[in-house]
Amino acid sequence: MSASSIAPVRPGRLRARRRETLSALLFISPWLVGFLIFTLWPVIYSGYLSLTDYDVINNPNFVGLDNYTAMFEDPKIALSLTNTLIFTILSVPLHIIVALALALLLLRAARATGFFRTVFFLPKMTPAVAVGVLFLLIFNGQDGLINRVLGFFGISGPYWTTDPAWVKPGLVLISLWTIGSSIVILLAALKNVPTELYESARIDGANFWQQTMRITVPMISSTIFFLAIINTIYGFQIFTEAYTAFFGSGNTTYSNDAALFYVIYLFQQGFQYLHMGYASAMAWLLFVVILIFTVVQFAISRRTVYYEGEAR
Amino acid sequence: MKLSAARWPAVAVLATLTLASCATGTGAAGDDANYDPDAALSGDLTVLGFGAGDEIATTRMDEAQKALGDDVDVKLVEGDLDIQQLLSSIAAGDPPELIYANRDQIGSLAARGAILSLDKCIDGEGIDTGQYVKAAVDQVTFDGSVYGIPEFNVVQLTMANTSLLDAAGLTIADVNGSNWDAVTAASTALVKNDGGALSTIGVDTKMPEFFPLWAKANGVDLISDDGKTANLNDPKAVEAVEFAVGVYDDQGGFAPVKAFRDSADFFGAGNQYATNQLGSMWMEQWYVNVLNDVSPDATISFDTFRTPQGEPLAFASGSAWAIPAGSANAAAACRFAKAMTATDSWIAAANARVKLREADGKPFTGLLTANQDADDAVRELVTPSGDAQWDSAVEATYLANDNTFSLPANPADAEFKNAWQDAVNRVLNGQASAQGSLDQAQEEAQKALDAAWAKFDKD
Repeated sequence: MSASSIAPVRPGRLRARRRETLSALLFISPWLVGFLIFTLWPVIYSGYLSLTDYDVINNPNFVGLDNYTAMFEDPKIALSLTNTLIFTILSVPLHIIVALALALLLLRAARATGFFRTVFFLPKMTPAVAVGVLFLLIFNGQDGLINRVLGFFGISGPYWTTDPAWVKPGLVLISLWTIGSSIVILLAALKNVPTELYESARIDGANFWQQTMRITVPMISSTIFFLAIINTIYGFQIFTEAYTAFFGSGNTTYSNDAALFYVIYLFQQGFQYLHMGYASAMAWLLFVVILIFTVVQFAISRRTVYYEGEAR
Repeated sequence: MKLSAARWPAVAVLATLTLASCATGTGAAGDDANYDPDAALSGDLTVLGFGAGDEIATTRMDEAQKALGDDVDVKLVEGDLDIQQLLSSIAAGDPPELIYANRDQIGSLAARGAILSLDKCIDGEGIDTGQYVKAAVDQVTFDGSVYGIPEFNVVQLTMANTSLLDAAGLTIADVNGSNWDAVTAASTALVKNDGGALSTIGVDTKMPEFFPLWAKANGVDLISDDGKTANLNDPKAVEAVEFAVGVYDDQGGFAPVKAFRDSADFFGAGNQYATNQLGSMWMEQWYVNVLNDVSPDATISFDTFRTPQGEPLAFASGSAWAIPAGSANAAAACRFAKAMTATDSWIAAANARVKLREADGKPFTGLLTANQDADDAVRELVTPSGDAQWDSAVEATYLANDNTFSLPANPADAEFKNAWQDAVNRVLNGQASAQGSLDQAQEEAQKALDAAWAKFDKD
């Protein structure tokens, strides 16, 4: 487009636009100021701290890239990253599949949809610390609810909370406790799928499974993708439930390497050992890892995700 | 706007200066307070981490207020000490005047300059450190200076289910640790399974938390007296772990024992002793009061923990008072700590408890402090309850208190503690051998100690 083709903006309209912009900035300024002070600045500052030796009370001592190189020699970095990766790989698909299944059920609940939607969402309101304690109670290998139910079917349940092989699967299962918001989001997406598509499919003889896989899933793929991104980031940042169950006040001495997730180790370094510089470097490494996974997910989504109204 | 090449370095320098200027920190603030037992004091005294929840606390608080005078306004910030809250407040130049900390936190706080050496306070106020339990003082002594005034003391006892012992033809001597083979045999005799699940734990060696006790009984300290050298993979420490974990393995492994232990009603009438879910374990002395309150009819035998030589032994832990760097009223803080731990204050508190226990028709089981003189005086207030079982618990408590040891203060206490606890947990969870796991812990702990001491020496 050549410059000559741009229509000249009249000075009065320009002033009005500036006033609008200023008004908009004024209205969002409380959030903007909060974001700059409590989010952006700490992010920038943590980048600086990651290059220092800092124990909160004494002045940071610049150490260059020492914290980053030390991470390569720290076996707990690899251990905690691996634990976190396994948890994420197990929890994200399970979370989406179970949420989708429940949302499909809710869709058929007709007038009771509102009631069940509330019921499924309520656990989401439970504080994460309570979920951690709940995990210890209902997954107790000796007397927990889960093993009692399994025992009813003649299955001898594992020691979910004490056997390293079962700690992560147990935590993945308890993470379903907060599945409510995903169900609500998926339910909203399901309601937007045009019913004509199902009618046509039924006329063509498609069964429920075929309709789900050929119509429902593709039509709500953008929502599923959104949930995959959000839950992946959540998975990499898992902390409270696992910390409460395995490292918190109820278990001050008993820890389990199988539950040492990355953010828990970061917390130990920063807030127990007071290695704030090292913890900051760990935080930046986690940021890079999450960024890489998100970029890969977006790359995959280009071929697999359908956006309504988007020309493909 | 495009920045010219010349402007980029200027921006970088400005950004660095801005970031560096935001760096907080006080360094080690000096102690310019005037400590004088006759000086009239005034001002605020905010105490972080202490709660006046019972008569032992409130009685001593009254004594402390008398010592401070009416012009000092004492405010308690209750709940466990939050280290982050403390350090942030010190860095911001607005710390509480006094803190109540675990003694094993003192070394790290002292090394970072977060708390003041109390040498001036002790000299100025005339505090007799000889009255305190030596192990407790050792735990708050860092680099030759005392950084905390010890308060309570915690020791461990052997607590065994008498009915189960009798049924198995055993005695308390079989499970008090004096003979490790006997402990293993007793555990095997006491353990019960019901349909594949544990219904009675034989012997609970209380790992990982009592690893220092087992190691010491076997003749090794986990850390050198100067707090500089870890001994985590000493052959005697490895042997102690192999034995204590082996007791669990003989019962089906740590996982089922831990799961069963976690499902118990620990503080209620359905506790492990009252319901015959446990043969024997080692536990801190305060649990005697819990058992006496919730299940007075349970039959329990008590003894100290015993070394293989038959000697009583206990790992001393507990709390201490410390004054943060930059405390605005260090003189009042010092006098408060002195009054709270004075022999007369403890006696007054013990008398208050005796009255309450008598009113409830319950025996006074004593009070374990870090003040040896106070313990001796309070012990005189303990009268036989008429129940030999509970009287033996009191006897065992005081005997244990006379035979304590502690781990010395060091600048990396959190890393050191986590290193040995993680190591024992790896063995308990079947993820590593005792030797391999303790070798790893030794490396981690020594690395942390070396780095922390190097930093302390440099500062």
